[in-house]
Amino acid sequence: MTVSVVRFGGSNCDRDAERALEHLEIDAEIVWHEDGLPDDATGVVLPGGFSYGDYLRAGAMAARSPILEDVRAAAADGVPVLGVCNGAQIGCESGLTDGAFTTNESARFQCEHVYLRVERDDTPWTAAYDEGDVIRIPIAHGEGRYEVGDDRLAELESADRVLFRYCDADGAVTDGANPNGSKHNVAGILGERDTVAVLMPHPERATLPDVGPTDGQGVLRGFDEVTL
Amino acid sequence: MTAYTATVTVRLKHGVLDPEAETTQRALERLGFELEDLRSADRFEIDLEAESAESARERASEMAERLLANPTIHDFDVEVVDR
Repeated sequence: MTVSVVRFGGSNCDRDAERALEHLEIDAEIVWHEDGLPDDATGVVLPGGFSYGDYLRAGAMAARSPILEDVRAAAADGVPVLGVCNGAQIGCESGLTDGAFTTNESARFQCEHVYLRVERDDTPWTAAYDEGDVIRIPIAHGEGRYEVGDDRLAELESADRVLFRYCDADGAVTDGANPNGSKHNVAGILGERDTVAVLMPHPERATLPDVGPTDGQGVLRGFDEVTL
Repeated sequence: MTAYTATVTVRLKHGVLDPEAETTQRALERLGFELEDLRSADRFEIDLEAESAESARERASEMAERLLANPTIHDFDVEVVDR
């Protein structure tokens, strides 16, 4: 099995994702977007970065590139797809997931560690955790504020599609623990299938023991949880 | 075929937070200007040829729906003039 890490012009977390996956003994390869998604891809990472220089809106251009048609088709077949940071913006812009990630409430780029509360433990991405667990993972974004219509957010919440929320160290979901003004502190959300997820925090930056906390490993292990 | 310019204006939906506009407003106030509110918008001027102004408008609207605007957070309007 090989997970495809899709590289666009301006991706900059592609190698981090590949290295983090290989640290977990999950085969991964970087795929240039113009080459299309390999037929035998057993998973897809849409990595972080600044694809197409964030022109128009973060993720807008990459979301409309031909490889995303492959990714959407793979996602519909049950292939696990994980969008991280710019990959999360691409996921929302492409319709893989609902809502939009837009300008932080602070109007600043924010690079810091945050706490996340695990809202579901019955998805591939969170099977390593228990519901209510608090994990510590870095964010690095200027457009990470989750925005969606109130009615749609209520539908997503009642369908249990919120995967992670920003919280404090004790797991309390508060305004003070919300780094970017995301609605209802949403940090990560599931697509129509639980095998599709996007999140703004970077699990691949919290995987290698040499660089700090390793709380992100469980998210990446999601690729091992799905049998195609 | 007639030459038109379609102007697509993309705005945040009412009620969607606009931190850049708020920052800009604060900067204007710091410069001593008095203002009540400020909203920002993106404007795209598209030169195109079409059978009619209506057909130019439809094409520009589709461009907005499919790329220029994000329906989750944006509204847009289109104005068409002869070029």
